[in-house]
Amino acid sequence: MSVPVLPRGVRLHDDRVRNCKVLLGPERALILDESGTAILSAVDGARSIEQIAADLAQRYSAPLEAVRPDVTNFLADLAKRRLVDLV
Amino acid sequence: MSDIPAPFALLAELTHRCPLSCPYCSNPLEMVRGAQELPTEIWADVFAQAASLGVLQLHLSGGEPAARRDLPELVAAARAAGLYVNLITSGIGLTPARLDALEAAGLDHVQLSLQGVNAQSADKIGGYKGGFERKMSVAGLIAERGLALTINAVMHRTNLDDLPRMIEMARELGARRIEIACVQFYGWALKNRAALQPSRAQVDQAKAIVAAARADPAERLVIDFVPPDYYADYPKACMGGGWGSTGLNIAPDGTVLPCHAAQTMTHLQFPNVQTMPLREIWYGSAAFNAYRGDDWMPEPCRSCPRKAVDHGGCRCQALALTGDAAATDPVCRKSPDRAKVDALLAEGESATEAEWTYRMSPV
Repeated sequence: MSVPVLPRGVRLHDDRVRNCKVLLGPERALILDESGTAILSAVDGARSIEQIAADLAQRYSAPLEAVRPDVTNFLADLAKRRLVDLV
Repeated sequence: MSDIPAPFALLAELTHRCPLSCPYCSNPLEMVRGAQELPTEIWADVFAQAASLGVLQLHLSGGEPAARRDLPELVAAARAAGLYVNLITSGIGLTPARLDALEAAGLDHVQLSLQGVNAQSADKIGGYKGGFERKMSVAGLIAERGLALTINAVMHRTNLDDLPRMIEMARELGARRIEIACVQFYGWALKNRAALQPSRAQVDQAKAIVAAARADPAERLVIDFVPPDYYADYPKACMGGGWGSTGLNIAPDGTVLPCHAAQTMTHLQFPNVQTMPLREIWYGSAAFNAYRGDDWMPEPCRSCPRKAVDHGGCRCQALALTGDAAATDPVCRKSPDRAKVDALLAEGESATEAEWTYRMSPV
């Protein structure tokens, strides 16, 4: 049950000029779409990937089987880029 | 309003003063003296202006930014403005107390430069005895505090062969990222090109090392690599997305430039934050509009499909090597001036050890 957490040096930023959320890290600024924003807003260092997927599935009335791979792949990609730690 | 995008990044050169004298320093040959540096309150106002313009990332640089006594106040002001604050430092001047103050002020990330993999090599390049040892101790202080760290390794002929050890050191020091930047030839580096230019064999080897490290699934380090562009077939993109498209640079006296190397463009008048709002400088100034779009482009760029990728290449390099800032970057295979770059490369391959000129610090 891996728990995603934003490491030191990475944070979610509310960009009021571009009207979106941005993930800021060392020499990186990722403009997030709606789904990326929803996933990263749920990252609190306590909830596991599975719990986040379940929460999002419930909130958007979507099947867990459809939401889970999106959440997993998105966070795995960020982990590979070291913008998220999976602990 | 216009199709000019908002900038993402601001490089603030807080000072040109620096204890190190690296012969490839990115500061201009003519440096700003300490007495001409912007005071704390103007920098703080500039950070707020930058944030409202759309800037997300602030890079506090120099010279050595730690030479500014008000560094923690500047970091706090930038964080209050909503910026991500990155400190680009040699580490010299960062005591435990100062690091505590910077951390309390909200510093997001530290980019620590290493000039070499041991004291002998690093201190010779930096021209500062004892520098390497100090850097190792500062890296330890950063790790103790858990601050996010990038190792910034500037590579050239005399240290490129040490690349594997440099990557290993970044891991040992607890960095999450290493930026391996081969010296690009502007200003001081251009003056010292003969001594700094790596051979093609060195560059090929470095590329292979980086590719292998990136392909290793066990590699936890993020590796950013900037190869020397003289060996490339096509030029690097001007400022990533074109002149005046993604970022801006402010010199210690408040002069605003589209790129830190643009001080050489004496035909342009660069505005100053003390006399013009940053928004007007970004959108309206003649200097920032000089090489936007493609109206200024000569052939072969204008009809080239790559113009959307490289934007004609580097304007500062075009000026440095051809004398014309609007020329095609001479690195490009299609440039009528490519022979100039090839001649420099040929000279480099046959060169013996050359002496370098150290950068001097202003008072």
